[in-house]
Amino acid sequence: MFKVFFAEWRKLRRPTLFLGTFLAALFFNGLITSFIYLMIDSEGGNSDRGRKVGREVLNLASGSVYGFSSIGGLLGIIVLCVFAAQTSQEYTYGTLRNLLVRQPKRLTLLAGKYAAMKSFAIVLVLVNAVVSIAISIYLSDRATVSTDLWFTSAGWSAIAHTLVNVYISVVLYAVIGIALGILLKSPISSISIALVWLLILENLIGAVKPATLKWVPGNQLSIIAQGGSESISYSHAVIVGGAFAVFALLLSSFIFVKRDVAN
Amino acid sequence: MVSLMTTLAIEVSDLTKQYENLTAVRGATFSVPRGAICGFVGPNGAGKTTTIRMLLGLITPTSGSAKVLGESVSNPEKYLSFVGAMIEGPAFYPALTGSENLRVLATLGGFPVERVEDLITLVGLSGRGGDKYKTYSLGMKQRLGIAAALLPNPALLILDEPTNGLDPEGIQEVRDLLKKLASEGTTVFVSSHLLSEIEIISEHIVMLRKGEVVFAGPIEELLMNQKPTIIVRTEEPNDLEKIAAIATAEGHKVSIRAGEAHIEGPHDWAPILNKKAFEAGITLAQLTPTLPNLEETFFEMTGGK
Repeated sequence: MFKVFFAEWRKLRRPTLFLGTFLAALFFNGLITSFIYLMIDSEGGNSDRGRKVGREVLNLASGSVYGFSSIGGLLGIIVLCVFAAQTSQEYTYGTLRNLLVRQPKRLTLLAGKYAAMKSFAIVLVLVNAVVSIAISIYLSDRATVSTDLWFTSAGWSAIAHTLVNVYISVVLYAVIGIALGILLKSPISSISIALVWLLILENLIGAVKPATLKWVPGNQLSIIAQGGSESISYSHAVIVGGAFAVFALLLSSFIFVKRDVAN
Repeated sequence: MVSLMTTLAIEVSDLTKQYENLTAVRGATFSVPRGAICGFVGPNGAGKTTTIRMLLGLITPTSGSAKVLGESVSNPEKYLSFVGAMIEGPAFYPALTGSENLRVLATLGGFPVERVEDLITLVGLSGRGGDKYKTYSLGMKQRLGIAAALLPNPALLILDEPTNGLDPEGIQEVRDLLKKLASEGTTVFVSSHLLSEIEIISEHIVMLRKGEVVFAGPIEELLMNQKPTIIVRTEEPNDLEKIAAIATAEGHKVSIRAGEAHIEGPHDWAPILNKKAFEAGITLAQLTPTLPNLEETFFEMTGGK
């Protein structure tokens, strides 16, 4: 599996992919974190769906990672797209047959790919956490937000919890991305279906019938990143979101192992 | 661990691959001896690539069995580290350089990464290994595919159309490389639609038609079993009819095409024909005993043009 892991990293580290993904993530990270502080007094709200996040929230020990937890879902979607494309391109380029000739144990190949994905996600999450917290510190004065509690033991604990939550969310998104790549064998199909579902259909369904938001995968994974929400508990999100990801993992692994590689 | 002492590199018995409404390979049985260069030919859709994919564990046979280097194709992990392959043309990551593409496969297979630059040089890509694969010409991509197949220093090399897109010089280089590898003990199983190419480099051949093996064995045996022909041209074109009459009277089948009479008959009948033509006052411009070449034999056996 280590051979697969290192071989995967030879592909993941190429500048267009690695820097492209990180720059895109950092751009949205900077935008969203800055928005929370710069628009703190805006009547239109300063968070997602027009919600207002006030100083009383940002002054808390968890204030330093509020911005970071807000972008958890977005990081997940970016990683989902990257790994859906990476996986499905093995079919469209025909490179999967080369990989399987060099590593015929298909589960080992898949496990190595997952291991590489998880390590990629760790780096992405850590870099974005550092940048988000740095932006928060930089803009806290301007927004007259107190940072007194941010680096107390409770503050560090909040940072650690948020890191873990965002990481879990990002990995589960990536698992679904890899599964879509295996099932659909096409980068365009897998990414477009994922984006249409996550960004449009889930929101439409939620707007028509809000109760369904407790059961749709994208919302659960975003809520895991945020550590829970007012309407959906963290444990509920982990169970439902995790169930979706495990189902995707098992189904795609079964198909990856059993399906003839005929292209 | 494969047995490198086995005398057969590939052993296929009654191998069948059935899709929903198509039998891609039907009861294929053939073997390839160790150290041979074996051509694998057949019209498009004959089942060559499907057979190769089964040998590499990429698709599962519906029935029958096959062994590669003495190991069953149901356990590809036991033999694939000794096998190099290029299937259906080269396939690499466009955004990576040629060298980096090879390093991905070397890392994955646990082969020394240092081999990459040697192989880049061996296949004539010196100075271009650092360029992105997407900038390569078809011939260069083909060369990179051959380099990738050589990564494991293989005991068995399986190549699907390796000379596609290569210029005459490149074809000659590949031909020399394959002969050199075979002389060093590597078994080469090569599919190609260039039958003249196969005839030059191969000692053995497996011929497929509509998923069935129509011949498997030494090329010499295949050609020797074909009817020998004597090709005749006369100084006076009108005399061809007289030649045809002489041959027909002796019980030989004759066809006249492109200003030549093609007479089916043993080569030792040629001097007799020469004498009979002289006695009939016919001056021969050409009298050539021939065996059908592989291409003619192939078309005859596969029902082509």
